[in-house]
Amino acid sequence: MNLIEVDNLTKKFGDFTAVNGISFAVKQGESFGLLGPNGAGKSSTMRIIAATSQRTSGKVNILGKDPEKHGPQIRAHLGVVPQQDNLDEELTCAENLYIYGRYFGLPKKMVIAKIDELLEFAQLTEKKDNKVNSLSGGMKRRLTIARALVSDPDILMLDEPTTGLDPQARHILWDRLFRLKEKGVTLLITTHHMDEAEQLCDRLIVMDKGQIMAEGAPAELIKQYSSKEVLEVRFGSERNAQMVDKLKSLAARLEELPDRLLLYTDSGEDLLAKITAMNIHPNTSLVRRSSLEDVFLRLTGRSLIE
Amino acid sequence: MSTKTETRSISATGFRFVVEARVRNMVKWSRIIIFVAIANPILYLVSIGIGVGSLIDSKNTLDGVAYLTFLAPALLASAAIQGMLDEVIFPTFQGFKWIKNFYAMNATPLTGADIAGGVFFAALLRTTFTVVIYWLVLYFFGALKNPTSLLAIPTAIFAGASFGSAILALAARAKKDDFFMMITGRFVMMPLFLFSGTFYPLTQMPTFLQWIGWISPLWHATDLGRYLTYGHKISGVALACHIVYMSVLLIFGLYFAFRNYTKRLAK
Repeated sequence: MNLIEVDNLTKKFGDFTAVNGISFAVKQGESFGLLGPNGAGKSSTMRIIAATSQRTSGKVNILGKDPEKHGPQIRAHLGVVPQQDNLDEELTCAENLYIYGRYFGLPKKMVIAKIDELLEFAQLTEKKDNKVNSLSGGMKRRLTIARALVSDPDILMLDEPTTGLDPQARHILWDRLFRLKEKGVTLLITTHHMDEAEQLCDRLIVMDKGQIMAEGAPAELIKQYSSKEVLEVRFGSERNAQMVDKLKSLAARLEELPDRLLLYTDSGEDLLAKITAMNIHPNTSLVRRSSLEDVFLRLTGRSLIE
Repeated sequence: MSTKTETRSISATGFRFVVEARVRNMVKWSRIIIFVAIANPILYLVSIGIGVGSLIDSKNTLDGVAYLTFLAPALLASAAIQGMLDEVIFPTFQGFKWIKNFYAMNATPLTGADIAGGVFFAALLRTTFTVVIYWLVLYFFGALKNPTSLLAIPTAIFAGASFGSAILALAARAKKDDFFMMITGRFVMMPLFLFSGTFYPLTQMPTFLQWIGWISPLWHATDLGRYLTYGHKISGVALACHIVYMSVLLIFGLYFAFRNYTKRLAK
């Protein structure tokens, strides 16, 4: 069963087209990603699905309803984690969860009974009675996610869930999201971090300039648009460009970035050996698996984070 | 997974949850709110009421009553308006701009109208508290002798609600917070306070300045309050004007506040 159906969706702000005729569907229990750089139209798409923003044209169906006609009814079944934490800073962690549950019209007793469980999930039990403005960035993010779960949503929507967090905080958060995924919660995630998309998403769309560039499972997309391995070589900023012609014919594909060259191949080690045999010696070299970053580079000619 | 959600109250009374949240926020500031509610009237009474009052009362009465009796309805109404302004302007900027918590509320079944209504009613609760404290202080200073003086309380709250709803609608459209607050504070609130017949009858003003009073809910409430509390003489037409003016402002204010909140959230 599809919980989310988007058909030829367009959103314009004046002359600017933020979302340009995109279509996709998300099944129940699926973890679906919108991957793309800032300004790709991910957040605009999310706000339309969350029934808080009007579309310019196209069809959208969330939980069997049109968000423009049944906004409050749809929102009753969604948990939304916005890009920017918008917690009530003056209130405590427990109070934030309480008032949010009340916004859904849940009975007082029911919300109070859920608070401890949610705080435990967010690893914030000890911060229960602390004001939000005393929490760290990672803690606020986890509280925002816990808050979105107060109503047992059918779909949890996360807009850039780990942007701005340190690596440890990111891993804690991914772990929490994994647990939700295991419980069968449908996740809709936007991100411009390819590692996050690879970690969390069963399936994703790659977006750029309001359009869908590709759609599929992370592994499928990598297989389809990139080689098995990538050899990264650095010759120093001045020599990188000179080496392009010499190395081009050796790899299936070559990408020139300002600080390094990416050589796409099935075996990075073999290719490196070949280059060394030609008496070409890069300053540094690195063999790695292909990632969604490479898919994006292939599709758009640009990297995700610029 | 969650069939229970069907029973959730998705109704026109969602604003009460916003009131609940706002009141929780105010409780965090309760000491300051109580201090201001008490200190404000005492300062006014000591400086203007008693100081200026003794000057006037030694020679004559104003409008046939002691100066403090004359002043009381005006002070109550202005306290109500000021209280409303604080409690609608700050939450509106906080909600749309500073913390953006209105967007969190709007991600739930709550609508723009629920949020605007919640902010408005919570402000009204705070204002009622402030006005009642103010009245008590006036009472202990001996400014209010007749039982009819109690009628100045609803009149003041009415003025606060009426003006507050209009400001709520405007604040929801304002992009520049400091500019908006400067304008409402210095160029709206201050002139209204000074030119609404607060300290002396409006008719003492030159005619070309009296219009400020006529458009000011503060003057309408003050004149109405004086009529109700000590029998200040006004015509039937004037009485009707006061009530109709404040009612119309309240209704239009709320209508546009609901609309502006909804529009801004959907952007």
